[in-house]
Amino acid sequence: MAEDISLAYNSEETIISKANFSVSSGDFVFITGASGSGKSTLLRSFYGALRPENGSLVVGGVEVNNITNARLNFLRRHIGIVFQDYKLIKDWNIEKNVALPLLINGYAKDISDIQVDKLLNHVKLSHKKEKYPQELSGGEQQRVAMARALAHNPILILADEPTGNLDDYSSRLIWNLLEGANTQLKATVVIVTHHIPEDLGVSYKHFNIEGGTVYEIS
Amino acid sequence: MRSVKNHLSLIIALFTIVFTMQVYIVIERTVSAYEKDLNKNYSIVVVTKKSVKPEALVAISPTILAAEELSTKKVLEHLQSQMKQRHIDLLKLALPHFYSLHLNHYPTPDEIVSLRKKLQQNQNITRIEDFSKSHDTIYKLLLLYKSISILFAIGIFAVTSLLILKEMRIWQFQHNERMSIMAMFGAPVWMRSAVLFRLSIVDAIIASILAVGTFAYADFIHIGSEQLHEIGIDVLVFDTLNDSLLIFGVALSLSIILAILIVIGHKEEV
Repeated sequence: MAEDISLAYNSEETIISKANFSVSSGDFVFITGASGSGKSTLLRSFYGALRPENGSLVVGGVEVNNITNARLNFLRRHIGIVFQDYKLIKDWNIEKNVALPLLINGYAKDISDIQVDKLLNHVKLSHKKEKYPQELSGGEQQRVAMARALAHNPILILADEPTGNLDDYSSRLIWNLLEGANTQLKATVVIVTHHIPEDLGVSYKHFNIEGGTVYEIS
Repeated sequence: MRSVKNHLSLIIALFTIVFTMQVYIVIERTVSAYEKDLNKNYSIVVVTKKSVKPEALVAISPTILAAEELSTKKVLEHLQSQMKQRHIDLLKLALPHFYSLHLNHYPTPDEIVSLRKKLQQNQNITRIEDFSKSHDTIYKLLLLYKSISILFAIGIFAVTSLLILKEMRIWQFQHNERMSIMAMFGAPVWMRSAVLFRLSIVDAIIASILAVGTFAYADFIHIGSEQLHEIGIDVLVFDTLNDSLLIFGVALSLSIILAILIVIGHKEEV
């Protein structure tokens, strides 16, 4: 829930101004807006990479404005993030990249292995688990990032343009996984995108950002 | 292959640093051994009218380590064939006493002047021979060696600093992204830095093993020590226990400091 939050990278240039909106647990949310409107900035504030200048932002019951590093780490362990540029660890193979949140959350190796295998199977990349990110196409890397975001069954999934540069096959696979996370795992899903797919199988909330203001589109 | 590449840059930097450090240690030991050797062969000769106890001469200056009377017996024996016994007996009575003064370190020219003044204050001493001319030349040579070794140390420091700075930039580039990604998934600082510390410790151990191996082998086949022995300097090129510990210590400390600097300097991507 956000109350009067303003976001800025430096105090002179405000990107989001006095935004008020609410997202409930289990919601499927789209945030749209023109390029540079502040969609990604808003998403970053959800995982504490950017703190609001003022107002109050509560994520998963935790106010992130003045959150301590330890509490922020704890919050992030319950969030799965998908970045537009994938952000895979280059010197780790695919299997290890997907296992990252499980490692951070202290999962036992055998349980982690089973979960990673299952997810790689879901994203159709089981045969490439020994490969390194650079050896995969953009679509494949995004599927790996998706598998990593889902690995620890997060309560909140944040995705920044998850299908921005992908072919139809990879895009469909990503949407299916996001829908599945929402319907089966009951995770709240927040997606920043330019384009909302027409054949989506879930009901959703839609926020649009224009001129630094966040509007809900019903 | 990827793993080897990741390790190689730091291993090379650390190996260069500990290798040059050990070379500097050997140079220092050589100069020090040369200085000791000079001191062993250097003494001041004083002539006294009456017989003096060596302890009394040692008490003149703390620089004097020991004093011993030089026997005149051999000179007199040599003269016995050319002189009558009566003249020899007279000579014995008139002959002054000679003492050789050994010092506790190889003195500087100023120390020799100061010591000479102190000795001259003793009424009993009639003559002092400090061999200052030859001492001066040798001392200048020693100073030259020392200056070279200091210049070498400064060179090592400069090269080391450059290597570490270069390595820091590479490491920051290599590890920042991974640390940021791990942070975004809630990894605590120790976990984000664990890979970095593990890498730095492993690399330090590998670099140390390579350096220790190189010097142990050089010592085994007597590289350096033989040449030094030929010019009268016996020096330990590689002290297996102490030098190995020093090499391991320096390599580990440097790589851990490097890792700590990177962890401190890490800024999360926004």
